[in-house]
Amino acid sequence: MSKKTTVKAGGKAAAGKTTKKAAKPAAKSTVKASKKATAPAKKKQSFGGLSEEILLRMHNLMVKSRVLEERLIKIYKAGEAYFWIGGPGEEAWGVALGMLARKGSGPENDWLHLHYRCTPTMVALGMDMIDSIRLMMNRATDPSTGGRNFSSHYCFPQWNVAPVTSPLEVQYPIACGTAHVQKRAGKGAISIVTGGDAGTAEGDFASCLILASRKGQELPMLITVQNNGYGISTPYEGQHGETNIADRAAAFNIRSRVINGNDPIETYLALKEEMEYIRKTGKPSFIEAKVTRLYGHSSADGANKKPHLFDPVLTFEKNLIDAGILDAKAAKKIWENYEAEGVSAQEQARQEPVPTPESVWDHVYVNSENADWRKF
Amino acid sequence: MASIAQAIRMALHYGEANMGVKDIFGQDVGAPLGGVFTATQGLETAWNSTLDERGIISMAMGIAMGGDRCVAEIQFADYIFNTIDLLKIAGNTLWCTNGQIQLPMVVMTPVGAGIFGSVYHSHSFDAWASRLQGWKIVMPSNPLDAYGLMLSAIEDPNPVLYLKSKALMRHKGDELIPGEPADEKELKAMIDKPVQNSEGWKPRWPELEKYMVPIGKGKITHAGEHITVVTYSRMVHLCDEVAVKLAEEGISVEVIDLRSIYPYDWPMIKASIEKTGRVLFVNEDTEVTNFGEHLAYRATQECFYQLMARPRVLAGKNLPGIGLHPNLEKNSVPQIHDIELAIREVVAEVP
Repeated sequence: MSKKTTVKAGGKAAAGKTTKKAAKPAAKSTVKASKKATAPAKKKQSFGGLSEEILLRMHNLMVKSRVLEERLIKIYKAGEAYFWIGGPGEEAWGVALGMLARKGSGPENDWLHLHYRCTPTMVALGMDMIDSIRLMMNRATDPSTGGRNFSSHYCFPQWNVAPVTSPLEVQYPIACGTAHVQKRAGKGAISIVTGGDAGTAEGDFASCLILASRKGQELPMLITVQNNGYGISTPYEGQHGETNIADRAAAFNIRSRVINGNDPIETYLALKEEMEYIRKTGKPSFIEAKVTRLYGHSSADGANKKPHLFDPVLTFEKNLIDAGILDAKAAKKIWENYEAEGVSAQEQARQEPVPTPESVWDHVYVNSENADWRKF
Repeated sequence: MASIAQAIRMALHYGEANMGVKDIFGQDVGAPLGGVFTATQGLETAWNSTLDERGIISMAMGIAMGGDRCVAEIQFADYIFNTIDLLKIAGNTLWCTNGQIQLPMVVMTPVGAGIFGSVYHSHSFDAWASRLQGWKIVMPSNPLDAYGLMLSAIEDPNPVLYLKSKALMRHKGDELIPGEPADEKELKAMIDKPVQNSEGWKPRWPELEKYMVPIGKGKITHAGEHITVVTYSRMVHLCDEVAVKLAEEGISVEVIDLRSIYPYDWPMIKASIEKTGRVLFVNEDTEVTNFGEHLAYRATQECFYQLMARPRVLAGKNLPGIGLHPNLEKNSVPQIHDIELAIREVVAEVP
């Protein structure tokens, strides 16, 4: 159960790059007062006006998500789980999304219709590492599915996180239903839907664009696509004729844009702007985020890191360190702490109960009403 | 007496006025048409969806997930097939989320033959529906049951498929819905949209009462001693007619209207088979992997030593479609003479 991989990655990125001042937000004034402060202060201006608190929180959550995803892969490779699928490489996009969503239950809060690459969003919402690991290891304690479904198939009704489904793209028009309820409730809440670029070939994607955009009946929805350029092994060109997927939204008069989803600043600002637009107008908005698929599609294609690809976590970390916002030593500590938390969570989950055979009959119907025809 | 279409309309009105239904939607469900069979005419919450069956089912799932109650319609069951995986997801959502997400939604759709609807307006769906785990499936045969089953479907916290026979939409029963005016013309004047000069028309709803037909409970529509005939929906009327005819010859037929496909009323079926020793299952879905086959299997397993004859299933022929010409349709799904012949054969069989 090595914990070196992620520590090294973080450590390397952080090592010897810039100031050794403390990274704690409370100590940032020290950085500002140092002799080296002039150059970093200029660099700070390139962070889109976001507060250091937001930047550091974003970094922290991105690291946590990466460490967690890598932990899940390790669990799979150690033979303690049957299948892995996830979204390492999408931290810049996913964390910003989770930070900005209005979290809670009921129609006055945002609904999140996620797909299986959204661990960063769940981490940003506040999901504990162990709850992802319980899902990965099919424990009865898994809060999402009780050990019944794949990794990253989250369900957290207390935060309006709809169940992730294996069939692609069905979440898009389902999100129209929750948006319809939210519109009726009139509290400014929105339905957020995420999905992959290849899945947009499904008709359900078109269903969503149509239902969300009918004149006079527009729905308060943030419709998003995370375009990593591949559908399992089929490259973007293999199924797309359109230049940008966002162009398809434009055809429905849905406000749309393409962003660099590897850049947490651009992502955060774009999401914030679009969410405010949706809350204010009640109309849909569309974001296509270009992202990295850092570990391939799933365990089906090996789940090995692609070192040549852009790494949004390490790059953001380096930028923060260079700007004097984050201390390299403190950054390394963040990686180490989360790695330790992941290892500990895995050890705990290993001790927890698995679903019993007879529990297959639970929850076929509400209140476990008898579903076994032999007992009618 | 109300027709089944009127009964459904009144049930939906009761649902939106008293049971929290906030959306009744589907293709042409809202104004001006109010449904191709007029079952949603004049309803306050009825609206027209896009012409998109998958969009309709998904929307219903989202509305239910969001906490509101809805009744969605697929205009003809013949077009529900491209939503099968969504129906599967709707049915497994509670299970997959370990009991966390309920989807209390109703999907209604007209099914079956009998209106000479040709290849794509004559499909049955009951056998397919019976394999959608997590769903409850009901099929009324008369207006009172249509009303009571709809209220039960709305109230049920699980997804419910409400399969209504196309051929029975204008069928009138012999029992009044609680609150329904006894005079048909009076009811028509109150709730049927005028064919002409209907601009600004609004229904005047009768003072309807809550009346529930529990899901999973069948009904004996004709008591008998010599053979049990288990059926539902349109076929109930054909079986009853045969039962009346055969009674004149001294053949006593017990007809069970199952009313619910799943869960189904096994205690009623079993008790009847134990009484008569003979059983015939009748429906119009295709015969290969038919829901009646499941019931026949169970009858064989649990009633074997009480049976005086082999259980039999009479169903639609295993054909790709139902041809439009009456010669074709009538030779595809069970007709009165087919039922009569089958009953005579089973009754005549001696161990």
